[in-house]
Amino acid sequence: MFARLAALVGRDLLRDTLAYSIGIAVAGASFAALATAQGLPWWVTMAMSLLVYAGTAQFAAIGVAAAGGGPAAIVMTGLILNLRHLPYGMAVGHLYWDRWWTRLLGTHNLLDTTAAFALAEGDDLRRARIAYWTTGVGNAVAWTIGNVVGIAAGGQIGDPAALGLDAALPAIVLALVLPSLRDRSTLLAALTGAAIALAASPFLPAGIPVLLALAGLVFALPRKESDMDETSASRTGESGADEGDVEEAER
Amino acid sequence: MTMAAVLALAAGVFLVRLAGPVMRSRIKVSERTEILMKRGAMVVLAALVVTGALVAEDGGFAGWALPAGVAVGGFLAWRRVPIIIVVVAAAATTALLRLGGVE
Repeated sequence: MFARLAALVGRDLLRDTLAYSIGIAVAGASFAALATAQGLPWWVTMAMSLLVYAGTAQFAAIGVAAAGGGPAAIVMTGLILNLRHLPYGMAVGHLYWDRWWTRLLGTHNLLDTTAAFALAEGDDLRRARIAYWTTGVGNAVAWTIGNVVGIAAGGQIGDPAALGLDAALPAIVLALVLPSLRDRSTLLAALTGAAIALAASPFLPAGIPVLLALAGLVFALPRKESDMDETSASRTGESGADEGDVEEAER
Repeated sequence: MTMAAVLALAAGVFLVRLAGPVMRSRIKVSERTEILMKRGAMVVLAALVVTGALVAEDGGFAGWALPAGVAVGGFLAWRRVPIIIVVVAAAATTALLRLGGVE
């Protein structure tokens, strides 16, 4: 069975999904442990993880609740954080817009990582579909198992920051985004967008700055002649995507 | 956290997820629009990586350990190292720096 799955999905994608799922399982366990330690009943924690199904929004929601925020503040914070799913849905929505049940499951399955894995397959629609669903299944299984473990362990799970987990997920998304940044106008748009998002972060609620990054697209408007390439090529090398941004923040 | 808040958040998040494909299915997507939407998602993801690595929950600087781990992961990814190694190296770098007292 594994051989057939590997043949359909591909060994590389299976391996990547496994690596990613392990990270998600640990994140799920730490979320559920944190929620349980705050006194959330197990069934509310599970309902949240299955129905909201958005890690960052869930962590933010229990953070707001712990700080004494009411239901309105909890819902607003989570919603604003997840507005970034709108551009994701526009970019990958066609991959699951077939039958009613693929629309339903595919919509619920829309995450930073499932979108990023699908987009990393480029123009190959079949591969993009396979990547979207494979990583989605991995995420769902890992997130659920992690939550069950976290609830069972309660407050006994240590601080996920000590494991460096918060670096793992951005690193995965970065790895998936990097190949498309070889396109110079996309790179310029991404760097500009990231700089805008960084500059806005101290002043705006989390979730809005990454949307403001879309303004960077003015440098990546598709044209018939790609005449922007030469101007951006001299300023930024291909490897500059990551280090460049770190320097940006120091200034 | 009440169950009502959980359900309201779940409904809201679902509607946001639904909005993208619904808007997309209402318009005729030209090749240029397709490219632009893909680039838009990439730009948002890139901004998410950068802010996720550098910005703490309160909007301030996240400290050095986190961006260092993400940068190590990014460097390895750029050298086309498999994602499993990228993940482990990024997490290990951040964890070790924190263990050594770097925040």
